[in-house]
Amino acid sequence: MSADVSIPLKQRLAARGLDGLTLLVVPAVLFLLALFIYPFLYGLFLSFEPKQGGVLANYQRFFSDSFLYGTIGTTLWLALPVTVATLALAIPIAFRVRLMRNQRLLTTILVIPITLGTVLVAEGLLNYLGPQGWFNRTLMTLGIISSPVKLLHNYWGVMLSLVITGFPFTFLLTLSYLSGIDPALENAGATLGAGPWERFKHILFPLLLPGLAITFCLSFVQAFSVFPSAVLLGAPAGPTRVISIAAYQAAFEEYDYSMASAVAMIMALVQLAIVVAVLAARGLLYRGPAGGGKG
Amino acid sequence: MTINAASFRELRLDRLSRDFGSHNALKDVSLTIGKGEFIALLGPSGCGKSTTLNLIAGLLPATGGGIWLDDKRIDPLRPEERGFGMVFQNYALFPHMSVNKNIGFGLKMRGTPKAEIDRRVAEAAALVRLQGQTEKLPGQLSGGQQQRVAIARAIVVEPPLVLMDEPLSNLDAKLRLEMRAEIRRIHNTLGATTIYVTHDQEEALSLADRIVVLRDGVVRQVGTPEDLFSRPDHLDVAEFMGFRNKVKGKVASAGEGRAAVTVGDAQLSGRARNAVAAGADAWLAIRPEDLHPVAAGEAGLKAQVVSTEFRGREFVGFARMADGTDLSFLAHDKLSPGEAVTLAADPDRVLVYGGAA
Repeated sequence: MSADVSIPLKQRLAARGLDGLTLLVVPAVLFLLALFIYPFLYGLFLSFEPKQGGVLANYQRFFSDSFLYGTIGTTLWLALPVTVATLALAIPIAFRVRLMRNQRLLTTILVIPITLGTVLVAEGLLNYLGPQGWFNRTLMTLGIISSPVKLLHNYWGVMLSLVITGFPFTFLLTLSYLSGIDPALENAGATLGAGPWERFKHILFPLLLPGLAITFCLSFVQAFSVFPSAVLLGAPAGPTRVISIAAYQAAFEEYDYSMASAVAMIMALVQLAIVVAVLAARGLLYRGPAGGGKG
Repeated sequence: MTINAASFRELRLDRLSRDFGSHNALKDVSLTIGKGEFIALLGPSGCGKSTTLNLIAGLLPATGGGIWLDDKRIDPLRPEERGFGMVFQNYALFPHMSVNKNIGFGLKMRGTPKAEIDRRVAEAAALVRLQGQTEKLPGQLSGGQQQRVAIARAIVVEPPLVLMDEPLSNLDAKLRLEMRAEIRRIHNTLGATTIYVTHDQEEALSLADRIVVLRDGVVRQVGTPEDLFSRPDHLDVAEFMGFRNKVKGKVASAGEGRAAVTVGDAQLSGRARNAVAAGADAWLAIRPEDLHPVAAGEAGLKAQVVSTEFRGREFVGFARMADGTDLSFLAHDKLSPGEAVTLAADPDRVLVYGGAA
């Protein structure tokens, strides 16, 4: 009994999930290294090499100047309400749409804003919401208002455009999470005496919540990095001076790339803090399959 | 406005219909179900049995006819207003709720006080033998246990009617037999009225007080298991109830509930199940276990053996007649393929159906 019974290396690697197919990951890894990891680390180190002062000078400057640290609050004050508003819009619409037969047509219509891009939507809103735009003219003709409502170059313009461009994404994610819930569960709830509101409250919403947490994070990150609509529709010097504008000004008006990197790092940290908080809360929820059993 | 269990005497389906587009899933089904009965809706897939159940539960609106509980029309009511208990094929347990919460859900929706919910949930869990499992989530239970939770959840509210949609079809054979006995035991303990959908005739025969055989959305026969087993009204019902051999012949003589049918050069007699006239076409229906080889000279169906399978006590044989009709039968001895056999059955166990079918 001296036969070689050891398992070949290739087979042992395959058992751990490493085989020829694994090589297909290489391009993606290189791409990620070159276009994400490297720039990120470069920026991180750059932020610690200020034009003048110590290693943390950029950060000290940011947090001592209200014109700079104030942008965190301004951005959160935009991004959080926008995320909540898009979710609040997406949930009821998704609940209605999931029961429709011509889902695809409606979904296509709802997705159009995503394909237009933020700049086009912003341009459109400039016309539509302006003092001479349809919106104000209609309200004035109907006698609801006597002078045009100011919806541009302030908080509301940015808010509206973010909701419009963010909604399709939030809606599609919500719809797909909702479609993943076995309809038999709702039927079971109904036969047990639960009305529509109780079925939502006790069955659908708890099962949807983990998905909503993910949707919230993704929508929030999108809204937090707002730039074009904040400049085009907002008041970039005042109420909608978001954090990306601060980074832009540092980089291209002051030509202080180090400071701009520091702002970008702070931006990333704030986003991360919110996302981690939401995901941690999600960890407390039920996250198993949303199906009814072995069916 | 839920239904009071005590006041219920009978459930009546009155010419109930359901169309899906141009397809009639259910056509004018009329049926009266008494309190305490165990009714099985039996039929092949697509026969309308699940549609009937969903119409009774209120999960699907009817497109014609009505459903009455005594003198009250219930088909306009929403499912949550009907108060029936339903057990789903895939159990449909709420995956984020413990077993206790699942079972107690119906009581909670009815605004039952917490202390009473706890007491009744514990009782129901004991009835389906789930003690000690009640803090778990459904995902942590086996298929059989999940099924018990589904049953407990449906019966704990003491519904006037328990609806079961192929509840055993996801279980393995051994568990299925166990749960079958369990379901009957629970039905007897509660004295509930149960409507049970299945495509398994054995399940229907062993569980039900009465069986409703559906086919293409139409009721073909309603009767006790004994009725259906030995006296099916139609050839297709007979086939579904295990009369797997269908042999075509000409009626030689008929009268007094019996008929003699000529097949090839032999004459076989049996019990006539519908109008059978001498000279007309007719079908013989025979169960494989009633068809046996006889001596070559005797009257019987002439066929050639295709194969035999050993089944422990005897052999199951497959044979083909000259006209291509396939037969299955039981034999004490092994037969070799190609061998000629003559197969005959006790005339009392042969059914004759007139008509072209």
